[in-house]
Amino acid sequence: MTTEFTPIASAIGGAMIGVSAVLLMATHGRIAGISGIVVRMFPPYLDKDAGGRFMFILGLVAAPLLYATLTGTWAAMTIAASTGVLIAAGLLVGFGSIWGNGCTSGHGICGLSRLSVRSLVAVATFMTTAIITVFIARHLF
Amino acid sequence: MSLLFQFLIGLLFGTGLVVAGMSDPAKVQNFLDLAAIPSGGWDPSLAFVMGAGTLVTYLGYRFVLKRKQPLFDNQFHLPKKTDIDAPIVMGPAIFGIGWGLGGFCPGPAFTAVGTGSVQAIIFVVAMLAGMVAARLLALRQIEAATHTSKA
Repeated sequence: MTTEFTPIASAIGGAMIGVSAVLLMATHGRIAGISGIVVRMFPPYLDKDAGGRFMFILGLVAAPLLYATLTGTWAAMTIAASTGVLIAAGLLVGFGSIWGNGCTSGHGICGLSRLSVRSLVAVATFMTTAIITVFIARHLF
Repeated sequence: MSLLFQFLIGLLFGTGLVVAGMSDPAKVQNFLDLAAIPSGGWDPSLAFVMGAGTLVTYLGYRFVLKRKQPLFDNQFHLPKKTDIDAPIVMGPAIFGIGWGLGGFCPGPAFTAVGTGSVQAIIFVVAMLAGMVAARLLALRQIEAATHTSKA
C-alpha cells in the first residue's frame, strides 16, 4: 500500500501538534506525552487530574469527526496488520511506552524540544527497532 | 474551564495528527520502510511532522517556561530524571517493535478509534492493558526500592 509524500500537510499538522504541546504546558504545566496522559486516567491516582486527561483523550478521539465535518472527507486509514498482530502490537506499544517513560509525542516532540538526552536515546532506540521490525515483516516474510 | 481547555488542546493535537496524515498506519509504516527507498515506496512525511512539531514546541517552551507558573496549576511538571538507565532503552525498544508491527503509536490509535474502526479499538484495548501492566510493575519496583533503602 503506497502513500503519497505530503511534506506541506505533514509540516502543518506537525506544527499544530507543536502548538497543542505548548498550550498544554502553558495552561496545565504538563508534557503532551500521550502515553503518560492515557495511563494516568487509570488507578492508582497520584493526583486529581484524571478527569482532565480523559478530556484530552476525548479531544483526540473527536478530531477525525471535526476534520470530516470541515473538509467533507474522512481521513485515509489503512490497517494492514491482522487482528492477532494488532493485539500483540498494542501490548508492546502500551508496555514499552510506559516502561520507557514516553512515546513518539512525549520523547519525540516534547523531549527533543527540551534537548533531553534521555529522550534522544529513546527516539533513536524506537526508530531503530521499528525500522528493523518493518523490514522483517515486509521483506523477509 | 480547565477541563474544556484540555478537551480543546487534545482536539487540536488530534486534528494535527489527521492533517499530518499520521492517523494512517500505512503512512507511518511506509516511513519506517527504508528498504523501499530504491523502489520509490518510501514516504518521508513523518520526518516533516516531527521536524515541525519539535521546532514549534522548542520555540514555544522557551517562551512559556520563563513564566512563573501555568494557568491552571502552581508549577510546571517537568521530568527530573537525566540518567541513562535500562528502562530508557528497553522500553523504547519494545515500543518500537509494536509501532512497526501495527503502524500505531498511542496518539494516532485514539484518533483511529474516532473514525469508528473496530481494528483500532482492539489495538487500543491491548495497548491499555500493556500500559496498566507496565505502570503497576514500575510502581511496585519503586516501592520495593524504597523499602530496601529504609532497611
